[in-house]
Amino acid sequence: MDNLTFMGYRRENGRVGIRNHVIILPLDDLSNAACEAVAHNIKGALALPHHYGRLQFGADLDLHFRTLIGTGCNPNVHSVVVIGIEPSWTGKIVDGIAKSGKQVQGFSIERNGDHKTIEAASRVAKQYVQEAAEQQREKCSLSELWIATKCGESDTTSGLGSNPTVGNLIDKVDSVGSTTCFGETSELTGAEEVCATRGATPEVSRKFLATWQAYMDEVIEPHKDSDLSESQPTKGNIAGGLTTIEEKAFGNLQKIGHNTKFVGVLEPAEEPKDGAGLYFMDTSSAAAECCTLQAAAGFAVHLFPTGQGNVIGNPIMPVIKLTANPQTVRTMSEHVDVDVSGILRREMNFDQAGDSLIDCMLRTCNGRLTSAEALGHREFVMTKLYRSA
Amino acid sequence: MTTHFLVHEGKDNVGVVVVEDVQAGQTLSGWMMDTNETITIEAKDPIPLGHKIALQDLSKGDTIIKYGHDIGAVVAPIGKGHHAHVQNVKTKRW
Repeated sequence: MDNLTFMGYRRENGRVGIRNHVIILPLDDLSNAACEAVAHNIKGALALPHHYGRLQFGADLDLHFRTLIGTGCNPNVHSVVVIGIEPSWTGKIVDGIAKSGKQVQGFSIERNGDHKTIEAASRVAKQYVQEAAEQQREKCSLSELWIATKCGESDTTSGLGSNPTVGNLIDKVDSVGSTTCFGETSELTGAEEVCATRGATPEVSRKFLATWQAYMDEVIEPHKDSDLSESQPTKGNIAGGLTTIEEKAFGNLQKIGHNTKFVGVLEPAEEPKDGAGLYFMDTSSAAAECCTLQAAAGFAVHLFPTGQGNVIGNPIMPVIKLTANPQTVRTMSEHVDVDVSGILRREMNFDQAGDSLIDCMLRTCNGRLTSAEALGHREFVMTKLYRSA
Repeated sequence: MTTHFLVHEGKDNVGVVVVEDVQAGQTLSGWMMDTNETITIEAKDPIPLGHKIALQDLSKGDTIIKYGHDIGAVVAPIGKGHHAHVQNVKTKRW
């Protein structure tokens, strides 16, 4: 494991990326059209439209800024053009991204209109994509890779096969010093006490349980009606044989392996700063929201086990899909990067499955497009904590 | 030999069917993943891939054990070999 390497992009702040995107990042919903126009004008530039950014306040606004700044700072991003309706909040995003050492310029639409903004931003984006295209990949070690995971449209084959395959990988990369992340606060319900025993210190375990309890008290309890039986588990989960949230949670937990302890608990989109190791992040269990937050925290590659066939991707962080469900392999093969259905037939053990996932992950790091990338899945979804003012 | 269902841990009172088209009356072979033992059981319902089969008779109020842990309550009796799912098992959490 110690000698595993890949060819990545070295960034000014010491981080390592596996893609070299030039992103056109809207501050707010109003600026999506201009961003998409710039990305249309300049080949190789990638617009990241989203729905929010107006009249947010407090913790919700902090999370909005943290997510956009973190997205721009992600090591898979070469450089950033930010467009917002007005200059002040646009400047906050630009300043936040500039601290990473990356090239970034901001443009605002008021007093300019879309046309002038698009022209000026396109000139900068053109320069960025030309420079990005020249940058060479360099040899990087596995310990420099930040890896996130989340499962989706899980079924019982997730807990039997694909999630423990990720767990096998997590145990292996933890031993060489990679930085890894799991989330899905509500989806650990029923297994929260067992999950807490995996904290590296009593303080980390306590923080995890407090985070889980806060999600229950602030999100689930005030808003639930009779029960959540059609949302957690989802209809797809139930069709796949999962009956209760507890069953789903124990399957979910298989993703963090057997030996690895988590060393920290992160706010949504918070960058880990306490060194290598596994981190828990407080996230929704909705795939696009969770992946967007993990990418904004700086994770470069994502491992996504699915049972029934969630098709999620992310615009800047390649999402590798694996499944142990033979029906999903047969009916949705274009979405499957790693087939571990052999585990269910006893043709493959977890060690072999974990190694095949490591192999696919390193090939992805070297530049191979994931299925989700090839199919154009670029789900970018901001987490909203409450209604805007 | 085909393995029709898997059982995570010895304490579990349900297994997971991992092949398609299991029919009532079919004798199923199961793999105990922690001990590597093989057990057999007769299916009493058709059970889809990924769905659970009861390994023993279960009464209303009993606890379903999977992964060696409590994953919900039995809300309608489930005979050994029958399909255990939302029609007879419910979460204890919400």
